[in-house]
Amino acid sequence: MKRRVVNKYLVVSIALFSFLALQCFGSSAAHAQQELLVSAAASLTNAFEELGKQFEAANPGVKVIFNFAASGALMQQIDKGAPVDVFASADQKTMDQAKEKNLLLAETRKDFVSNGLVLIVPKDSKLAIKGVKDLSESKIARIAMGNPETVPVGRYAQEVLSKAGLWEGLKPKLIYAENVRQALDYVSRGEVDAGFVFTTDAAVAKDKVQVAAVAEGHQPIRYPVAVIAGTKKKDLSQRFMDFLLGSQGQSILARYGFGKP
Amino acid sequence: MIETGIALTPLLLTLKVALLATLFSFIAGVILSRIISQFTFPGKEWLDAVLTLPLVLPPTVLGYYLIVVLGRKGWLGQFLWENFGISLMFTWQGAVVASAVVSFPLVFKSAKASFEAVDHNLEKAARTLGSSELGVFLRVSLPLAWRGILAGAMLAFARAMGEFGATLMIAGNLPGKTQTLSLAVYDAVQAGKDSLATTLVLITSIVCVLVLVASGKILKSNYIKEVDR
Repeated sequence: MKRRVVNKYLVVSIALFSFLALQCFGSSAAHAQQELLVSAAASLTNAFEELGKQFEAANPGVKVIFNFAASGALMQQIDKGAPVDVFASADQKTMDQAKEKNLLLAETRKDFVSNGLVLIVPKDSKLAIKGVKDLSESKIARIAMGNPETVPVGRYAQEVLSKAGLWEGLKPKLIYAENVRQALDYVSRGEVDAGFVFTTDAAVAKDKVQVAAVAEGHQPIRYPVAVIAGTKKKDLSQRFMDFLLGSQGQSILARYGFGKP
Repeated sequence: MIETGIALTPLLLTLKVALLATLFSFIAGVILSRIISQFTFPGKEWLDAVLTLPLVLPPTVLGYYLIVVLGRKGWLGQFLWENFGISLMFTWQGAVVASAVVSFPLVFKSAKASFEAVDHNLEKAARTLGSSELGVFLRVSLPLAWRGILAGAMLAFARAMGEFGATLMIAGNLPGKTQTLSLAVYDAVQAGKDSLATTLVLITSIVCVLVLVASGKILKSNYIKEVDR
């Protein structure tokens, strides 16, 4: 009796596994469509997700796959041979590094949006922070910003703080985030007292954070995009870039708060 | 090899965090496994399952739980922050908590198995000879279960040394403050510092091999002593 029960379980689990295995193979065989892999700066997440859907709608049979992270990390992945077709960075420096390493089809490089840098605080913050100067006050214990090594927004913030002569003094308070969205999350959760993010990021979480000040003294923030030299889908990549720079793409980006390049 | 200096800080931090985390998971693991193996009470299987959960849950899930509980707005974190001004977020103590939670089931599981393998007649004999429950635990059960518990603690230490996900979420990745070896490797690779990454990876590998060899020796020498008796 007991043995029969065990057998029954065995049969059921084998059937289940084979079903799942077939599902996996089946679905990969059904994907005879073209895939485009786009590595994009984390700050582009919401805008690009919508943009990708509209691009897919305009190009039947095409699937856009996004890889969002800090621009510096994305560049390293491409350098190590990630099969990326299009790369959109949040700063010129990362794109320049990619160009030096001959990772780009250089003639395809174009700036497609601009952005601003803001100092944000949690919505319910009781600290009266009016500008970057206030950050040196002792009641402010933690400030989130991107890691300047790999995250463009951290580099812009460092520039602002250095120009204001605050960089060295504030260093012990800084909490480095892996990308701009992590810095945004730290502020939203109230784990830090303030943080530096792009204007568009602050807008995404406006129910949890408020803008305390617009940070000034950094280079103009312009996002470049380019087709990657190793791509096997040059035409499709170019079509995506045209869509991005065209009126439809630009209007989506504008809706998420990005400025003209 | 100028980079050995840069690698020293994360190495020392990793050892400190892993040692403390192992200490906490060791104490909690031994006590809780003893309670689970000694007593019967309703919901025992459920408690056992919950205590084993960190072993199977993804570290990111644990990290999220820890943020929800220990964050400045978390139910325990808020209490600590408002009353004592303590916040575990972005501190090396937070990393200890993350590593302890992740490595706890390894001590718990092996200690529980070891306690259950102890000959209960010996424990009963001790009781008839007038030994208190604590005496039975300290003089009979613990010495007999010692090897299994130690093996579990060694595994817990190794797991704590390699902890990444939950640590990144609660302690962040702050160079010199909370950046352990595994985080430093991640950072170096992200920033394209391949030679630093190589140094860190080699150091980590050497330390882990040393730990494994040392633990093997400790367990083996104990075994021989027991056989000799």
